[in-house]
Amino acid sequence: MSHDHEHDHHHHHHHDDVQEHREHGAPLTEVELRVRALESLLVDKGLVEPAALDQLIDTYETKVGPRNGARIVARAWVDPAFRQRLLEDGTAAVAEHGFVGRQSEKLVVVENTPAVHNMVVCTLCSCYPWAVLGLPPVWYKSAPYRSRAVIDPRGVLGELGVGVPSDTEVRVWDSTAEIRYLVLPERPAGTEGMSEEQLAALVTRDAMIGVAKVQPPAGAAR
Amino acid sequence: MNGAHDLGGMHGFGPVEIERDAPVFHHEWERRAFAITLATGFLGKWNIDQGRFAREQMPPAEYLATTYYEHWLFGLQKLLDDLKLVSHAELAARTKDPASPVAPVTGFRVLAARDVETALRKSRTSKADEDVAPRYKVGDRVVTKNIHPLGHTRLPRYARGKRGVVTLDHGVWVFPDTSGNGLGRKPQHCYAVRFEARELWGDAATLGDAVYVDLWDDHLEPA
Repeated sequence: MSHDHEHDHHHHHHHDDVQEHREHGAPLTEVELRVRALESLLVDKGLVEPAALDQLIDTYETKVGPRNGARIVARAWVDPAFRQRLLEDGTAAVAEHGFVGRQSEKLVVVENTPAVHNMVVCTLCSCYPWAVLGLPPVWYKSAPYRSRAVIDPRGVLGELGVGVPSDTEVRVWDSTAEIRYLVLPERPAGTEGMSEEQLAALVTRDAMIGVAKVQPPAGAAR
Repeated sequence: MNGAHDLGGMHGFGPVEIERDAPVFHHEWERRAFAITLATGFLGKWNIDQGRFAREQMPPAEYLATTYYEHWLFGLQKLLDDLKLVSHAELAARTKDPASPVAPVTGFRVLAARDVETALRKSRTSKADEDVAPRYKVGDRVVTKNIHPLGHTRLPRYARGKRGVVTLDHGVWVFPDTSGNGLGRKPQHCYAVRFEARELWGDAATLGDAVYVDLWDDHLEPA
């Protein structure tokens, strides 16, 4: 968790917060005032416990994130039996790594191959597999991605530098239920001698959403 | 409802811009909005579908002009006001006066810090245990209903009245189109339904590309 000024002082009263912001030279915005007022009301009414709020933030800011998913992908690349379990029952396979929980009640893993390119969106809100990727990035939640991913996936991919050959089928998964989707990206060439840990370091969040390819390490034979 | 949240297939929002090395939260208020939303969710006074529906009721112009956590905040304020837990008037007063009076509420089991890890791990909102027979099997051809309910639905506009094929049976789940409207769980099978891109978007779409949408028995009819 980032222990910045705002955070450490958060549970003080509002006039302190306002004072603090003035010291920083920026007036509080309307939304900042509103959130602070709402949180203080919830605390005063006993509807939230401040320490629980801090722990929720800490969990998703420092503990749960795309490194979880990257470990799953790397394991699938080096362990064919795990890869098969992952594709057959993603929920159970990632639970072997302890990655379970909120926004990941059921996980379906879809595999990118030379014949099929999968990408994931949630057009209606921003459903995302928190347990393996953490909280969604801003672009995933944005109107441009949510509107275009289903009608113009090749256009979106092209802009993001992912060329998909015309004979590769594009499959877009719109997460309209509580099922969450994770893309198993293609293992790049030139990584044959790499360890599972080294492989995991290559795997990006965007590749596991299906809007990027995993790049081979610099200097690897292509 | 045909709200601004139902974005699939709209034009004019511009390119997708991916921020490199983006932080999880961009502002302290986003951290707090995120945390109070999750924590109050564990009060058990509303389900995940009602939570989504509350956000969808943000006026369309406002929805499109604001960010994700502002949508969350709108939804939370609405739920708290609807349930008489925190009224809009109380919030307005507290925004002006940090010592504004509060109307007490009692009888809630509040999420404690020591329970956060377990609560997140066990969080299971929508999978149903009931043994309900599926109306369709993998490979079946279906057509989605052409519905435009005023309430919550998980059938996006772009996929209404379209022909597809049942591809995965996800098992039995709570039905958001009733659950989100306070009309009960109505557990039933949910499927990944494959729609050819050309069925959804016409001949300009690439032949062979497809969109998969997770839909429930009640969204589908045999084709």
